[in-house]
Amino acid sequence: MSNPNNVSLNINHKLEFIDGNALTIPTLSILTEDGEIHTGATAPDISKHTAIKLYETMRFIRLLDERMQGAQRQGRISFYMQCLGEEAAVTASAAALDQNDMIMAQYREQAALHYRGFTLDQFMNQMFSNELDLGKGRQMPIHYGSKALNYMTISSPLGTQIPQATGYAYGQKIKHIDAKTGELASTIDNITICYFGEGAASEGDFHAGVNMAAVHQAPVIFFARNNGYAISTPADEQFKGDGIASRGVGYGIKTIRVDGTDALAVYAATKKAREIAVSTGEPILIESIAYRLGAHSTSDDPSGYRSKDEEANHQVCPIDKFRKWLIKQDWLNEADDVKAKESIREEILAALKRAEVVAKPALEELISDVYDTPIPSLQRQYEQLKAHIKLHPDAYPVTAGRIK
Amino acid sequence: MAKMNMLHAINSALDITMAEHPQACIFGEDVGYFGGVFRATSGLQEKYGKHRVFNTPLTEQGILGFANGLAAFGAPALAEIQFADYIFPAFDQIVNESAKFRYRSGNEFNVGNLTIRTPYGGGIAGGLYHSQSPEAYFAHTPGLKVIVPRNPYQAKGLLRAAIKDDNPVLFFEPKRLYRASIGEVPEEDYTIELGKAEVVQQGTDVTLLAWGAQMEIIEDAAKQASEQGISCEVIDLRSILPWDVEAIAKSVTKTGRLIVSHEAPITNGFGAEIAATIGQECFLHLESPIMRVCGLDTPYPLALEKEYVPDALKVLAAIKQSMDF
Ligand SMILES: Cc1ncc(C[n+]2csc(CCOP(=O)(O)OP(=O)(O)O)c2C)c(N)n1
Repeated sequence: MSNPNNVSLNINHKLEFIDGNALTIPTLSILTEDGEIHTGATAPDISKHTAIKLYETMRFIRLLDERMQGAQRQGRISFYMQCLGEEAAVTASAAALDQNDMIMAQYREQAALHYRGFTLDQFMNQMFSNELDLGKGRQMPIHYGSKALNYMTISSPLGTQIPQATGYAYGQKIKHIDAKTGELASTIDNITICYFGEGAASEGDFHAGVNMAAVHQAPVIFFARNNGYAISTPADEQFKGDGIASRGVGYGIKTIRVDGTDALAVYAATKKAREIAVSTGEPILIESIAYRLGAHSTSDDPSGYRSKDEEANHQVCPIDKFRKWLIKQDWLNEADDVKAKESIREEILAALKRAEVVAKPALEELISDVYDTPIPSLQRQYEQLKAHIKLHPDAYPVTAGRIK
Repeated sequence: MAKMNMLHAINSALDITMAEHPQACIFGEDVGYFGGVFRATSGLQEKYGKHRVFNTPLTEQGILGFANGLAAFGAPALAEIQFADYIFPAFDQIVNESAKFRYRSGNEFNVGNLTIRTPYGGGIAGGLYHSQSPEAYFAHTPGLKVIVPRNPYQAKGLLRAAIKDDNPVLFFEPKRLYRASIGEVPEEDYTIELGKAEVVQQGTDVTLLAWGAQMEIIEDAAKQASEQGISCEVIDLRSILPWDVEAIAKSVTKTGRLIVSHEAPITNGFGAEIAATIGQECFLHLESPIMRVCGLDTPYPLALEKEYVPDALKVLAAIKQSMDF
């Protein structure tokens, strides 16, 4: 029998189907719940500086999430999404990257952005859609983005970032093609990481993006956050195979599954994945397993679709786990930690109050950035709108006062 | 009769359909046990079981492809797309497949049993990806029907008619009104004919035309205009494709003036089609140019939503301009 493609034919004379669950992919776990290293596991090489920064990021995001969840309840912002339970998955993966690697996130990865240096005020300005928001007040809260920090602005339609990540990473690779020989001249300096949920992995964009990356060898790390739910839909109504990881193998790319509540496991896996991607240009798939501890968003009420018992059974705090390890390393002191939390809470509240009173974007921002410069029809619509607002300033208090 | 909000009215229409046809299926993201993020399908899984009311994986392309197949088989396929903003991954299945199934097969096969429900529109601080009104994209596609109800009574009667109609129908539900709009709705079955506009208020000076959530806005403008002695005829188009040219032409022949208002961007919005057709039909009766009060040609914003939307004040300004022309 001839081989039509790169599939190796392993001839068998018995009628046999391979079971859909035959591929069982193990889960890398390094830290115990008590902050010990599992017998047989090896802690990754992580510096004290990185470990502390990783911890501080998780701690900060937990406090920010708590406060902003509350701020939404008070009606101060319209919407919020926490990353409760997934702090280690997001932060440790970001910590394993180079600052210049591109991050293409879904929406629950604020910790990765903060790790890169997005400031408290920047978070607040986006959530309050004020004129200091880098996104000019156009998107709902939590749709962050920063060119300076190599963090692609979030788009709400799910999965769209996945094939885009493949394309971006391909760009990062071909930068290193030798113009004369057409060969890859050296190792790649930067790669892309793409985060998405196990729900978003059902979108056509996932399959398109991962297959393109495999075929064209794009240095992208696909980071699937499997947190058990897509809004109310449990993972067993989302897919039937062995998680998202088995699909990586199906598409022909290197794959690993990690315990997403284990910062050391996530860090080790991502660090290694990056090494492979920069040296070979290959894509990698990492599936992180954690549980979404909170509601999907502030518009959601999980008591409508999951029980208190179920939630109680999944109460693993990734931050505690890592804190215990840090304390054992003698890199962290409990009393200092408690004190720091108090002052962060105060800073968050102060920043919230600052952002709340900043003016909304000016009327011009309604028509800017639709194109590089407003096309004539848009300019005309703007002039009409301006004239209308001038006639009725009381009806448009946000912008009327500032119209020239 | 019972007092219902729009979600209850929709739920009731779905319930009747499920009871009527043993193969009818409701499916989409989160619609199963949870009843959908807006709860339009609440209680239906308990009543009709998991084989007929179920969550799908998160893939709109999959939902509509599946729905086309199921409808081609002959089962009423009641697909929900969680937000109209997320219908675009299914665009190919709807525009190239649902719409052309019957035509390309010489009616060997068709998907007349397909109904697609989806919440559309702004006014909920949703920004550019939770506020769109994409009806015009679909109204450009022969083979589809496109319906938009304005209140609970309309929603139930039009949805039942859409389901019974032997063509694929897109049913856009104004999410801003889901809970806000409450009214008397018969508990029993009834239908409202597709393709017909409704004159909601009689008037003599100017015709105001809209659909869905925008009806509230033009009704408000009509009220303010009447305080200034201007009599508006207010019409709900209800059915975007096919649309009731005759009813609109009749009204404009009487009033001599037409203002169309929709939330979607003005350029190539459905108002453009109406203006062109009525301009031709009523040319000799028009006292002023047909005007459109619509969204700007920009994505739907968040912070400056109030400035962006075609509100009653903007409609009123257009009414006066039309009267003073
Ligand atoms: C194309 C598209 N369809 C539907 C939605 C609505 N939606 C927003 S989040 C979500 C669930 C996503 O679940 P998952 O990808 O598992 O991520 P998680 O929320 O669990 O982090 C849905 C259905 C959307 N944003 N985009």
